[in-house]
Amino acid sequence: MNNETTTQAAPPKAVVEAKGLDLTFQTKDSPVQALKDVNLTIDQGDFVSFIGPSGCGKTTFLRCIAALEQPTGGSLTVNGMTPDEARRNRAYGYVFQAAGLYPWRTIAKNIKLPLEIMGYSRTDQDERVKKVLQLVDLEGFGGKFPWQLSGGMQQRASIARALAFDADILLMDEPFGALDEIVRDHLNEQLLKLWARTDKTIAFVTHSIPEAVYLSTKIVVMSPRPGRITDVIESPLPKERPLDIRDTPEFLEVAHRVREGLRAGHAYDD
Amino acid sequence: MKSFLSILTVVAALIAFWYAACVPMNIHEAAIQAQRAGVDVTPAEAPERRKTGRISLALQNTGLWSTVFTQERPQLPAPHQVAQEFWKTTWGMIERGRAFSKRSLILHGWITLSATLLGFAFGTALGIVLAVSIVHSRAMDMSVMPWIIASQTVPILAIAPMIVVVLAALSVDDIVAKGVISMYLSFFPVVVGMVKGLRSPDAMQMDQMKTWNATRTETLWKLRLPSSAPYLFASLKVGVAASLIGAVVAELSLSSNGGLGARLLAGSYYGQTVQIWSALFAAAALAAVLVWAIGVAQKITLKRMGFAQ
Repeated sequence: MNNETTTQAAPPKAVVEAKGLDLTFQTKDSPVQALKDVNLTIDQGDFVSFIGPSGCGKTTFLRCIAALEQPTGGSLTVNGMTPDEARRNRAYGYVFQAAGLYPWRTIAKNIKLPLEIMGYSRTDQDERVKKVLQLVDLEGFGGKFPWQLSGGMQQRASIARALAFDADILLMDEPFGALDEIVRDHLNEQLLKLWARTDKTIAFVTHSIPEAVYLSTKIVVMSPRPGRITDVIESPLPKERPLDIRDTPEFLEVAHRVREGLRAGHAYDD
Repeated sequence: MKSFLSILTVVAALIAFWYAACVPMNIHEAAIQAQRAGVDVTPAEAPERRKTGRISLALQNTGLWSTVFTQERPQLPAPHQVAQEFWKTTWGMIERGRAFSKRSLILHGWITLSATLLGFAFGTALGIVLAVSIVHSRAMDMSVMPWIIASQTVPILAIAPMIVVVLAALSVDDIVAKGVISMYLSFFPVVVGMVKGLRSPDAMQMDQMKTWNATRTETLWKLRLPSSAPYLFASLKVGVAASLIGAVVAELSLSSNGGLGARLLAGSYYGQTVQIWSALFAAAALAAVLVWAIGVAQKITLKRMGFAQ
């Protein structure tokens, strides 16, 4: 597959490197293998989507990168460090499926929350809040409380919060999973623009094939029991992507390959 | 409006029952007084009357019913007697410019209220401190929680005089001793509620704090404590009522200082049932006002914190 998106001369810097990664959860009746022999490199500036059915380990892998789970085997580095060191160096911003905004804080105060914890000065906090609110198109909503915003706006605020402290990596765990399709399309488009403007490395977990294909430079197809990677697809789509790119033959071809990968993963099981 | 009507119906039924109960409760005394006044009573002999049951005596002397509601020292005072006494010792005292005389329920209510509030403040502080340490230390959770529960199985009436004696020996102020007894009752609901409240943030919110590399202290101040506000207020309502009970019980042991508990005790020494009942109502009214005040604070705070939406 030819690769139009990463045509720089210098080899891109690896941000996340997983080699032979295993994770087994000890449950009461039997151990469950959540990840088995996962090998993956995420380069700087990549937009990588993880797609697969429930229990395929896509969220678990993201949580391993964030040091929220501890792998039981293999090696995993983030920015050349262990995930836990990277976490302590605030290498990533994590966006959960629920916006998780505190109802007693305004949107601006919610975005300030990680900044307060990280010890940014008050003026710096104000500047950053202003900047990220602009990035997610929420200017003028800083003084509102979360319940005054729609679900999509709340999720945008939560993305703004993850962006506020300038982490190079954005980990997103089905951030738009609870939103309706129209809002979702809109947010996908905005997310791509934001990615183009900020040059972040994004790892994105999703259930949706069109979402994965539309957003990603690299699509990682996973399958369950044990959770493993079945296919890694480098997207041939250009970096500039209007919403109607989803009707082009190239797009449909990639979507078809993702679907095939998912099907193959399931056949393994049945 | 509907709830107001139903409350009114219940109150009316209770008062009616109360008046009805006054007849058998006070009929023996009514017979004695009637006989002294020269009225015919059946049975005429006092020893025989004593052997007669209340209800059958009441049925044999229907003519005496009108006198059971106006006795000076009835076994069961009638509602209007209690109301008159209550009025006389509250507003009546204010009218005469003696709001803080020894006979005024306002004075005694104030004494009880100050001990209640002190104990409530102690209890709330102790409860929150214990809850925070229980949530943060597994050892505390395992070792202290059983003792906290055990402490509430000891009757407060038994332990209050001992607290009074011990604290008097340490020459602690009486009001502090009362506060400690109130605290003994009021910290418990606060501990139980706050432990639940501090643990109420879900796994995602705790993970989120971890992704920002927040310390336990930051998580406590920024997430756990604000999240526990609804639980705290629910606990405070129970706690303040328990605190009042503690203060009244403490006043039974420290009756020389006055207070509603002291009024109850004095009333029972001298057979002043009207005084006992009006002190009881004063205590109930005080509790109702305190719980209502916390309810108002709860409504305002939770609304401002965005929990109401």
